[in-house]
Amino acid sequence: MAQAQIPIDSQINGAHQHPEAWSWYHYFWYNTDHKVIGIQYLVFSFIFYLIAGVMALFLRAELYTPDSDLLDPNVYNTLLTNHGTMMIFFWIVPAAIGGFGNYLVPLMIGAKDMAFPNLNAISFWLNPVAALLMGVSLYFGGAQSGWTAYPPLSLITNNLGQSFWILSIVFVGTSSILGAINFLVTIFKMRTPSMKWDEMPLFCWAMIATSALALFSTPVLAIGLTLLLFDINFGTGFFRPEMGGDIVVYQHLFWFYSHPAVYLMILPIFGIMSEVISTHARKPIFGYKAIAYSSLAICVVGLFVWVHHMFTSGTPAWMRMFFTISTLIVAVPTGVKIFSWVATLWGGKIRLTSPLLFAVGLLAMFVFGGLSGVTLGTAPFDIHVHDTYYVVGHFHYVLFGGSVFGLYAAIYHWFPKMTGRMYNEPLGRVHFLLTFIGANMTFLPMHQLGMQGMPRRIAMYDPQFAGLNQLCTIGSMILGVSIIPFLINMIWSWGWGEQAPRNPWRSLTLEWQTTSPPAIENFDEEPILWAGPYDYGVDTQMEDDEETVEELLATVKSEVK
Amino acid sequence: MAKEKETVPGSLIALTIGLVVAVISFWYGQNNNLLPEQISEQAPLVDDLFTVMATIATALFLIVEGAIVYSLIRFRHRGEDETDSEPVKGNFPLEIFWTAIPAFIVIGLGIYSVEVYNQMGGFDTSGGPQMAHHQHHSVEIASLIDRDVSAPLIGQAGIEEAIEQAPKTRPDYGIGASPQDVNNPAEVVINVTGLQYAWLFNYPGDNITSGELHVPAGKDVQLNIEAKDVIHSFWLPQFRIKQDALPGQMSQLRFTATHTGTYPIVCAELCGAYHGAMRSQIIIHEPNEYEAWLTENRVATGTDQPTVAVNPQDLSDSDYLEPYAKEMGINADVLAQIQP
Ligand SMILES: [Cu+2]
Repeated sequence: MAQAQIPIDSQINGAHQHPEAWSWYHYFWYNTDHKVIGIQYLVFSFIFYLIAGVMALFLRAELYTPDSDLLDPNVYNTLLTNHGTMMIFFWIVPAAIGGFGNYLVPLMIGAKDMAFPNLNAISFWLNPVAALLMGVSLYFGGAQSGWTAYPPLSLITNNLGQSFWILSIVFVGTSSILGAINFLVTIFKMRTPSMKWDEMPLFCWAMIATSALALFSTPVLAIGLTLLLFDINFGTGFFRPEMGGDIVVYQHLFWFYSHPAVYLMILPIFGIMSEVISTHARKPIFGYKAIAYSSLAICVVGLFVWVHHMFTSGTPAWMRMFFTISTLIVAVPTGVKIFSWVATLWGGKIRLTSPLLFAVGLLAMFVFGGLSGVTLGTAPFDIHVHDTYYVVGHFHYVLFGGSVFGLYAAIYHWFPKMTGRMYNEPLGRVHFLLTFIGANMTFLPMHQLGMQGMPRRIAMYDPQFAGLNQLCTIGSMILGVSIIPFLINMIWSWGWGEQAPRNPWRSLTLEWQTTSPPAIENFDEEPILWAGPYDYGVDTQMEDDEETVEELLATVKSEVK
Repeated sequence: MAKEKETVPGSLIALTIGLVVAVISFWYGQNNNLLPEQISEQAPLVDDLFTVMATIATALFLIVEGAIVYSLIRFRHRGEDETDSEPVKGNFPLEIFWTAIPAFIVIGLGIYSVEVYNQMGGFDTSGGPQMAHHQHHSVEIASLIDRDVSAPLIGQAGIEEAIEQAPKTRPDYGIGASPQDVNNPAEVVINVTGLQYAWLFNYPGDNITSGELHVPAGKDVQLNIEAKDVIHSFWLPQFRIKQDALPGQMSQLRFTATHTGTYPIVCAELCGAYHGAMRSQIIIHEPNEYEAWLTENRVATGTDQPTVAVNPQDLSDSDYLEPYAKEMGINADVLAQIQP
């Protein structure tokens, strides 16, 4: 690191096997470039976000009145099952891990691509196959037993729809396992030689934790669902009480995966938070090591908390108590992250850009979701609110207020890098405002509904809850509207936005040191680290170099222009 | 925070903020009015736990959200200043502090939760030792009741005999006797069956089956809960207790109702299309009224046919259930199916 160097990749040399730049049609076919795959994941998953979002609007419309008057109750259950399934398996997981993980990890560690580019492409293309199977399931009426698919209900309700639903999830799970192996090998083996562990961007740390978790837990879900598939179609009785099967075993198998799945959906987002907040607050991340290690702590402890989803099920007292304690412990590393981000904001020079607004919105909502999560972790209180709207409110605070806000922050933050265009800032702020108001209006009253006695997953409810439900429905309409400025912004900016410089945020991580969008093999020369990923405000004078970061960045700017 | 010393001029301001946060938190913890009426002895225990958590959560919420909002205003980028901020990379004592404080809080909450769970009766999930002791005896009585001659025998002793009706299998899960009552059998035992989309309550000593749950106030009631078809979940919101009804596995809830009145029974586990309509009522009587109710329903029918105490149409206390009454209603066929 004696010499400060910036890789200049304006000249594409002719020795490459591929075209100089991808054309639009390359994005619609098999491609092994991690950046193409990342964008494929993002666009694919966003379509499912819209579909699952429309489902939610129908659910909320049905709940505007206590009667079941808009949808057939079976259709209602199909929608609630597939809203959850798609938001998790076709939006947050593929967008956060497949989309941003693929796009960013090789760039951030200075690699040309992922370790196994073909495996990567195959992982992606398993998703459209899964989507097709989900389509077949919906054609036959869809799964109707909730995303949890608890037997015996899942064994006796719309067998055809349920079977295709299981196949679809098994495909997504396979994709997730293959992706996890790829990320781990890439991060361990392909870092640019000068990058030490503690110089790695925190997003990569988060991806290590995410991948390890996916690798441990996903096979268990696959086993549970496969046994369920056999019970439905091949006469086995693993989960059929009348044949000596045990339905509670299914719940253990399911939640052993599906609780860590919550962390699969939030850990990459935590990584995004560290990048966005530090960059836009122009301040080093507060407590780098604490944030990095707390991801690993969440990953480890997160494997031992699954029974808190089963406190009212067939679980003995000792189990309810053990998992109360382990669940409460997860709050500690999560709290460390929250406090560290707040401390990063404190004393910064905060740019109120769209990515920062969404990141701060996430922080604000996640604090609430985390605190309600602690209350849910205690078995005595959970027994009252389990399977009620309190839980629905809680997990939407962490998954919508957390994961979706984080994805929006990431989309705005890396939009210039991915597309080479700037997005429209005022439209982004309008989008944020509508989303923030809509989300709180939709999900806050749900806590009270649950505590007062309204269970979840119902199409008809006690008329005394009508008022708060109407408030929730109006909030959901605001959320529905909030997508409009976003769509206009993305489509217009991608096609006709202002040309983006290579590093509009003056960020220090490696992906910003190459062109926007990056050349096909990312860096034409081995990139050299000339500052830590979050060394904002650090005087980076080298012993034999008088230039500061600011001056270096100025040089970069002039070179680009 | 790292720069607190610079931005907060004196300990006086910090103290004021601390006091205001404490006052608001305590007030909100006590006055959030989020939980419904308390009708069981467990309810105040759960609500006190919630009050403690709500108080701590409010304080943490105010501090963290306050710091976020303050940062956004105070440290907003202004003007043409393109330089970066002071490169504070961490503060080890502060990081230890905010790791240790939450750790203490959650350990405290954990211990408190175990204690509350114990007081609620969570550790007594065998149905009490007495029950097991009288097992063989109760079978005798149960067989008596099945005969035509049993009706006159029950009379006054109805409740006592109901106690003797030990469940076929001992419930392994749920809420049992509180530590004070652990050696006493419940005073009233009722078998609860969940099926799509209704709850059935069987009073084993009295040969009564009802679609609504009638219990005496102030008596120790034990429900043995099972499901016929899919998983249901038996929830009494005003009692703060809930237990899944599992096909093939017995579970229990034990409680003492503290007031008379009528309160909802809710199915909380997705059990099919009309899951939302699977609701009933618990009617808590004065003990003598309860006796009267038992007698009335015992006498009302012959001994061969179990009593349906409630017409299925009456189950729906509001009109919205009407369209589904056919689907969810209890009729003689359903009853015949589920009677042993
Ligand atoms: Cu039910």
